[in-house]
Amino acid sequence: MMESFDALKVISKYRGDALVVATMCTHQEWPVVSTRRELDLPFSVMGKASSLALGLALARPERKVIVFDGDGSLLMNLGTLVTITSAAPRNLIYFLICNGVYRSCSPGYDCPGVDKVNFTGFAKSAGFPNVYEFGDTDSLDKGMGAIMKQDGSTFVNLICAPNREYPSYPYVEPREYVDDFVKTVQSLPS
Amino acid sequence: MGTELVGEPLLTASKVADELKKCGITHIVWLPDIMVSFLTQELIKRPEFTMINTCREGELIPIAEGLIMGGKEAITLCQNSGFLESGDSITQIAQDLKQPLLMIVGYRGYRRDRSKMTDPPGIYVEPVLKALGIRYEVIEKDEDIPKISRLHRETHETRKPVVALIAWELAF
Repeated sequence: MMESFDALKVISKYRGDALVVATMCTHQEWPVVSTRRELDLPFSVMGKASSLALGLALARPERKVIVFDGDGSLLMNLGTLVTITSAAPRNLIYFLICNGVYRSCSPGYDCPGVDKVNFTGFAKSAGFPNVYEFGDTDSLDKGMGAIMKQDGSTFVNLICAPNREYPSYPYVEPREYVDDFVKTVQSLPS
Repeated sequence: MGTELVGEPLLTASKVADELKKCGITHIVWLPDIMVSFLTQELIKRPEFTMINTCREGELIPIAEGLIMGGKEAITLCQNSGFLESGDSITQIAQDLKQPLLMIVGYRGYRRDRSKMTDPPGIYVEPVLKALGIRYEVIEKDEDIPKISRLHRETHETRKPVVALIAWELAF
């Protein structure tokens, strides 16, 4: 089973000039592997990253927008899957770090329904036109080229190890980054 | 409880829509609300507004903020009950990220004589806005409509969220 951090390393190779919204533990791990920090928004507001990413995707349809969400976060805002498919942005790529735990809350409690929930099934039922699931970094690496070229909202379920250890990288508040991020985004050619 | 609606809004929906157009609004992130349905029906007809329908009120603010960060003029539209439900979005996103955000909120339970209010969303919405330090105006009749533009200017100047409470006395 892959570690979420290793999955992020793979994805970072392919992100190009996509905007990235990273939440919860990913917001701490992604900056370590990202090569375009100016296009990243660390966004540690649980359950809301997918919604903010949707707004960005609709505002900037000419550019890919990636969101890294957690399964605990998604459960808090499950309707986001339908809101996204209803708005139907063609440029949004939703990566779900599906590790079955609330990693950001020590000692890493299990998410509800951890043995029952099928997020890939949720995404398909919600109407995502492109749905993927990966459980190892080799398959993810092989699939990323196609994922980044997809036209239409894309959901990628990353089945990761239930790492219960809090990330060792710094926690950041979105407010520290948002002004620079907004300046950068609004200066990008449309 | 009866289901017949008693009361009519005093606001002219087309005038409110014109005011939002004057503000340069491009996107409206919304969820249906009986109090502002008269307005929503007008907004949906207008090609200048892109309407984004959501499943839950907690989504409105982050979607609008994403649009604003991307360079659009987005507002939110929902009922006060749902507005209160979205407390985390209000505090951690609308207030903390300091993007200019106008929120239009239907004032369910409104009575001009506030002491006569019995519906909890109505009883609590103004005290909660005051406790959060969020500037708001009650918009009840056409003469109040220019307050919407003033609120919109204010949110751009202060980078703090503002609320326009759309109020009319509705009884079931």
